Amino acid sequence: MAQEEFLLNKLWKIQLQEGYVSDKAIRQLSRQYGRSWVDLEGVISFYHFFSRKPTGRFIIHLNNSILSEFGGFPEVLAAFQESTGTRLNHTDPTGTFTLKAASCIGLSDVEPAALINWRPFINLNPEKVHHLIHQLRSGTDLDDLADRPLSDAYPNTDPDKQLMIKTYQPGTAIGKLPEMTPEEVIREIMEAGLTGLGGAFFPTHLKWQSCRNQPEATKFIVCNADEGEPGTFKDRFLLQKYPGLLLEGMITAAFAVGSREGIIYLRGEYQYLLGKLEKTIGQFREKGWLGRNLLGIPGFDFDIRIALGAGAYICGEETALLESLEGHRGEPRPRVYYPTEKGYLAKPTVVNNVETLCTAARILENGYEPYVNPAAPDSPGTKLMSIAGDCHFPGVYEITWGTTIGELLTRCGAVDPYAIQLSGPSGELLPASWVGRKLGLHDLRCGGSVMVFNRQRDLLQILQNYNRFFLQESCGVCTPCRAGNYMLSVQLRKMERGLASTEDLDKLEEWAKLMEYNSRCGLGQTAPKAIIQAAARFPEVMDQHTRTKNAPFDLDLATSAYDRIINELR
Amino acid sequence: MKTVTFYIDDLPCEAEEGKNFVDAAAANGVVIPSLCYYPHINPPLATCRVCTVAIGGQPRAACSLKVSEGLRVQVNTPELIENRKAILELIFAEGNHFCPACEKSGDCDLQHLAYESGITYSRFPHTFVERIVDFQPQRLVIDHNRCILCKRCIEEFVTDQGEKVFSSHRRGSRTEVNVDYDLEAEMSDQELTRAMHLCPVGAILLRGKSESRPFGDRKYDKLESKETIPLDQPIDTSALPLQKKVVATASLAGCFGCHMSMLDIDLGLLDLIELVSFDKSPLTDIKRFSRRVDIGLIEGGCCNSENIENLEYFRENCDILVSVGECAIWGGLPAMRNTISLEACLQEAYLHSPVTENAHQIIPNHEDIPKILDRVYPCHEVVKIDYHIPGCPPSAQHIWKVVQNILFGTKYDVIYPEFKYD
Repeated sequence: MAQEEFLLNKLWKIQLQEGYVSDKAIRQLSRQYGRSWVDLEGVISFYHFFSRKPTGRFIIHLNNSILSEFGGFPEVLAAFQESTGTRLNHTDPTGTFTLKAASCIGLSDVEPAALINWRPFINLNPEKVHHLIHQLRSGTDLDDLADRPLSDAYPNTDPDKQLMIKTYQPGTAIGKLPEMTPEEVIREIMEAGLTGLGGAFFPTHLKWQSCRNQPEATKFIVCNADEGEPGTFKDRFLLQKYPGLLLEGMITAAFAVGSREGIIYLRGEYQYLLGKLEKTIGQFREKGWLGRNLLGIPGFDFDIRIALGAGAYICGEETALLESLEGHRGEPRPRVYYPTEKGYLAKPTVVNNVETLCTAARILENGYEPYVNPAAPDSPGTKLMSIAGDCHFPGVYEITWGTTIGELLTRCGAVDPYAIQLSGPSGELLPASWVGRKLGLHDLRCGGSVMVFNRQRDLLQILQNYNRFFLQESCGVCTPCRAGNYMLSVQLRKMERGLASTEDLDKLEEWAKLMEYNSRCGLGQTAPKAIIQAAARFPEVMDQHTRTKNAPFDLDLATSAYDRIINELR
Repeated sequence: MKTVTFYIDDLPCEAEEGKNFVDAAAANGVVIPSLCYYPHINPPLATCRVCTVAIGGQPRAACSLKVSEGLRVQVNTPELIENRKAILELIFAEGNHFCPACEKSGDCDLQHLAYESGITYSRFPHTFVERIVDFQPQRLVIDHNRCILCKRCIEEFVTDQGEKVFSSHRRGSRTEVNVDYDLEAEMSDQELTRAMHLCPVGAILLRGKSESRPFGDRKYDKLESKETIPLDQPIDTSALPLQKKVVATASLAGCFGCHMSMLDIDLGLLDLIELVSFDKSPLTDIKRFSRRVDIGLIEGGCCNSENIENLEYFRENCDILVSVGECAIWGGLPAMRNTISLEACLQEAYLHSPVTENAHQIIPNHEDIPKILDRVYPCHEVVKIDYHIPGCPPSAQHIWKVVQNILFGTKYDVIYPEFKYD
């Protein structure tokens, strides 16, 4: 089947070669893809990493997530501005450096971090930045300067439950396939109780079975490697450490549902992992583990391509991801069909997260028995947690479901913890004093992001950071999310200035609930969650930022612009 | 297709199985308001969220629902009606919807739904984000101030070759919908007219044909309508002793049109003179309050420091304060400057205007001249406002009914033709 190159991959080539997407390039793409100018412009402007204006030779994307902010974002940004001679969202006059901010880039354990021409630079501080920019100016190769971030891995404390973080022997998992039928594979996955580990926890076997049941001949396996939830980096860890395991998981899924084509949707922030991933795919092809009649199973043809995202958190939502794969804006589809019915190119499609697919491969390798969890029958198996923030040992942890918050905090060496954000800004904000609460489907669900905040951290600053993140990352399709985030920002700013009354706090909550109730997809429904939870679980902090009576109108502030203009005229 | 029974707010209804819920409800006499939905778009857009209903307490966009046997949907519970109203207010606050200056006023779906919901003001602060009016297409004008990003035009206008004529650009709160200039040039007048009518607001206009029909003939004028607007009644003062009440009025940053409308109450004026006495008001030319006042009627928003002082002075001296007209309620026409920086406004008005003489290029400033505020503020952002009467100007009937209500505690109904934003 002749395949058109993914539009986003094509745009990446142009972006990397030219530094931007020119009018000429759009005209050419318009002819090639049969898409109108306005349509292509819509796609390009949706993705943060594509530029329509010429950029500097080095494009710096400094992460502005809350962990970066607490780690020294303002100082690092100042150092970048000073050393490059440009401001945020600008290019310096010599055309060397373009400076931008980016939402979480998956390096939470080594913040502040930045991508320079999409290569990682970690643990930044002002001295390091000055040194780095100096070396870039003097012609040192960027690749020599780039860091190689590999997170610390902490295997499960229970030796019988070390199911993911352990040695990997390529081919072990898929080696079982020739002896199995697709039904047996699905049953194995069902017995192990595997659910979507990206955070939705939908039973994997149901997804696979549903896709398998579709009569169509063409089916797709899509790996969601668009790990964008701030604070999480466990998928990056898997992609770095076990790329082969992921491929084996995809092959397993393809075998189970009867698919011939797999696609890895890799987030643009992780394109420094592209080389290794492609190399691994090449090795698999050489070994006959990808391609035609693979593993010697007659008629089992399957191959994998990689599509690169380009800086859009919403593309982690599976239908938005499919839209993006098809070369459109990453706007979630209305819930009419499941992807297993009509997914990529309206064909039955399984979309699974990296960790889910890796675990599927491990289940084949380990057998389903170790995954059964008598302590928490509804939460079988283990889970990877990316832990970062105010703790001594940030990194990727394998835990057994049922682990308590207290155990987790002790394991990671949390320092004077006050609040924990589970599953990123769209997840759960909880007091660190909830030590007895258990991680698992029956109590606290967690997709893998754990951010620890100590007693010195300002909750309002955290909420404002989340709010900016959602303002930036909302796809803009539905009213409550697009406008609601803005309205929340107004109320939060009022609190920051000390002008908010208890009435304003009530409004903040009321508006947050309105968003939660009415938004079109999970992003808008969960964006205000932290605010609602902060009001319920940290009333003392919210009260600190509010006054009992309405503040009088600030006439000085409202006339300050006029005073300044008149003064400047004199 | 088989006919099934389903339930709207517990009332049994019938429709073909699989029929879109919005259409099925309409066929059974229940109109579910929506701005993005229109028939034959499948899957539905589900962007505006105005049609949000509930199944077993769980919210769902009605436009994305299909009828099935035994389906039970809550549509018009008080909570859902209030929720719908909030979404509409959010849409108003997000865009720059200057109804009195809009070609589509009276023919606008958004405005109509807001009337039917009895929205007098938006609970949300208006964003006043600067948006452009795109005059580059050959025949269309795209006014981004008014676009509610429903995506109807994007979905509906695709060329025979499958190319999109409209598309969203950027994302988040910066999203906007643009038209392809090349493809627009190739479209027929008929298609462009259809685009203008498909737009639920006044964002897509066809040059030379955008003039609305005259007042009275517009789609939503509904002069004969007796439909009552669901309004909050201001205050029940029926228990208070019936004595001659005191009224004060002010005109802040407005055009005095609302005062003119107050005088339009015709014979009611004679009753009013008997029943009230006026204190501080441009009508009496009394400059300072001489006693405690029962009702203060405020016209105009706050554009300078004197407006603020005056409004605060009214709040101190009035028991009940009413915002009368669009300017008082959210800034109105003077707030058109809110999307532009104060500096640019002053320069344009006093320094670069073609009519300023060289010798007089100065921005007026003196300690006796009020200072201009960074933007025009609605009255309720400055002081507490007890009631809002919308309109530009509001109808005399509406003003009179509210005043009567406050004076005598009478209940009242405002009917559709009396409730306007223009």
